[in-house]
Amino acid sequence: MATKILLNNIEVPGLAEFQVYRKLGGYAAVEKALKTLTPDEVTEEVKKSGLKGRGGAGFPTGMKWSFIDKKSEKAKYLVCNYDESEPGTFKDRHIGQLNPHQLIEGMILGSYALGASTAYIYIRGELFYVLRIIEKAIAEAYKNGFLGENILGSGYSLNLYCHPGAGAYICGEETALLESLEGKRGNPRIKPPFPAIVGLYGCPTVVNNVETIAALPWIVNNGSVAYAAIGVGSSKGTKLISACGHINKPGIYEIELGLPVEEFIYSDEYCGGIRNGNKLKAVVAGGSSVPILPANLILKTATGEPRLMSYESLSEGGFQTGTMLGSGGFIVMDHTTCIVKNLLTFARFYRHESCGQCSPCREGTSWMEKILMRIESGQGTMKDIDLLVDIAKHVEGNTICPLGDAASWPVASAIRHFREEFEEHVILQKCPF
Amino acid sequence: MQEKNNIPEFNRETLELVNQIIKRYPVGRQKSALLPVLHIAQSENSGWLSPEMMDYVASLLDIQSIEVYEVASFYSMFNLKPVGNCVIEVCHTGPCWLNGAEKIIAHFEERLGIKPGETTADGKFTLKTVECLAACGNAPVIQVGTEYHENLTTEKADNLLEKWRSENKISHTNPYL
Repeated sequence: MATKILLNNIEVPGLAEFQVYRKLGGYAAVEKALKTLTPDEVTEEVKKSGLKGRGGAGFPTGMKWSFIDKKSEKAKYLVCNYDESEPGTFKDRHIGQLNPHQLIEGMILGSYALGASTAYIYIRGELFYVLRIIEKAIAEAYKNGFLGENILGSGYSLNLYCHPGAGAYICGEETALLESLEGKRGNPRIKPPFPAIVGLYGCPTVVNNVETIAALPWIVNNGSVAYAAIGVGSSKGTKLISACGHINKPGIYEIELGLPVEEFIYSDEYCGGIRNGNKLKAVVAGGSSVPILPANLILKTATGEPRLMSYESLSEGGFQTGTMLGSGGFIVMDHTTCIVKNLLTFARFYRHESCGQCSPCREGTSWMEKILMRIESGQGTMKDIDLLVDIAKHVEGNTICPLGDAASWPVASAIRHFREEFEEHVILQKCPF
Repeated sequence: MQEKNNIPEFNRETLELVNQIIKRYPVGRQKSALLPVLHIAQSENSGWLSPEMMDYVASLLDIQSIEVYEVASFYSMFNLKPVGNCVIEVCHTGPCWLNGAEKIIAHFEERLGIKPGETTADGKFTLKTVECLAACGNAPVIQVGTEYHENLTTEKADNLLEKWRSENKISHTNPYL
C-alpha cells in the first residue's frame, strides 16, 4: 500500500471539524514544533525532506524559505497560493473542502519557520464555498488556541486570514497574486526582486501552494528522513495527481513519486483504463501548460525506458520527447479526440487569461487562437501551421511571467507530435472528427 | 441595501462585515480589501457593479474611484453590466470540452432561447461561458453563484432549470454568508 500523507484520512466523516481532526492526531506537529523545535530547525527539516513546490514549478520549498532574511525588521508573510486554475488541475479544492485543518496546521508551521505573524490564504473567487469551510475551520483553530496570541504558551502569535480572488488565472503566478492581494489588477511584477526580498507590502514573503503546505505537518511529525525515503531520485514524497478526461475513474489520487505512468493509467487503483475500452491517444501530464505527449511517449521514454510519475522521468528527453510533472493535472485523451480542437480550447483559455501587460503574450495568444479557429473550421493553410510554430517560438521566453511559455508549449508540442492531424484539417478543409 | 438619491449604502450588518474584512490587513493597507468588498458590493447590487456602487466602494476604502474601476474591469467574476437573477456559467475549457461541454451549452441555449453573454427577456437567466473552474474530474461543470453543479447531463440541466424557475433563483447572494 502506497504511503498517504495528504489523503490518508480524507474519507473520515466530519474531518473538516476541529475535534475530528484533532482526535486523528491533528495539530500534533504544531505542538512538536512550537515546544521542541526552533524556526530554523523546522526550515532545516523541510529542506532535508526534499519537498518541492507542488503548484507546478517544483522549486525546493526549504530553499525558497531560506531566502527570507530573518534579521529584517520588516514583517514577514506566508501566503498560500490557493488560486488553483490550471486546466486539468483540481487537487487543492479537495484539501480545503475536506481537510481544511491540515492546511491550517501547515500554515502555522510554515509561518513559525519564517517568523511570520500574519499569513493569508489567497483562494480563487469561484471557490467561495471552500473559503467558507476554511474560514469556519480557522475560527475553530482560534477558539482552541492554535491561532491568535501566544499559541500554546510558546510566545509565538499568528493571525491567519482567507482572501478571495475574483476570476483571473494569472493570479496563480506568485507576484500577480501579491498584487491582487494588495487590491490591484493581477499584473505580474518584474523579477528580481523576488518575493522573498520584496513581497507583500514590500516585505519578505513566501508564496507556497496548498499541497506543499498541507505536507508540512507530516514532515514535522515523521521527520525529513521518513519523507525523503518515499519517492525516487530527487522526486521525494507523495504527489496529488488530478486525473480527468477519457478515463474510467477520474479523480484525485495520491501517489508515491516514481509510480509507472502505465500503472497509473491502467490500474484499477488509479484511472482504471480508458473509457469504453478505447485506445489511448495522448496525455497532458501536468496541467494544460505542459507539452502534450502521444501514447507511446507518455508510456515509455524515447529510449524505451518505462516512463515514471516523477519530475525527472516525465521531463526525460526534454521537450522533444518529454514533458513535465507540473501541477499534476493529468488530462487523458482517447482516439476519438481531435487534438486541434482540444488545443483550441487551451489557446482560447490563455488568450482569455493573458493580463495584457507584455505585447508578445497579449497579441500572440490572440493570434494563436485565431489561427487555430481557422484550421479547426477548415479554413486553414499549410502555412498557418508553420505560422503557429513561429508565433509560439516568439512568445516563449519573451514575457515578464511564465504565462507566455504556458501558452506556447501546448501549441508547439501539439504540432511537434501531431502535425499530420493539423495537415489533415487543411487538406480536408474540415475537422476529420 | 438602501439608496438615497441613487447613492448606494450598505446596511449595518454588511458594513460590519466590510469593517471586519478591512481589519485583516495592516493599517493603511485597506485597499487590500477591495476584491472581497467588491464581491459583497456586487451581491448587494443585483449581481453587477454600477459606477455608483464602485464609487461607494472607493469611499468605503478611502481610495480613488479609478482604483476600483481598473480592478473591477480586470477580474472576470465582476459584471460591469446588469445580469439576470440567475447567472449560469458553463465551463468550456479542455477537460470539460472533452466531456461534452458543447452539448451542455447548446442545451442551455435551446432551453433559454439565448446565446452565451445574453439574458432572457424576463430577466430571469443569464448564460455565460467561463474558463476552467478547477473541477475537471467531474466534467462537465457549471457554476451558479457559489454553487458548483458537476457531472452535468442534459437531464440534470433540465431538472436544475425547472428548480430555479420555480424558486425564482437568485445567484448573486452574499458569498460570505
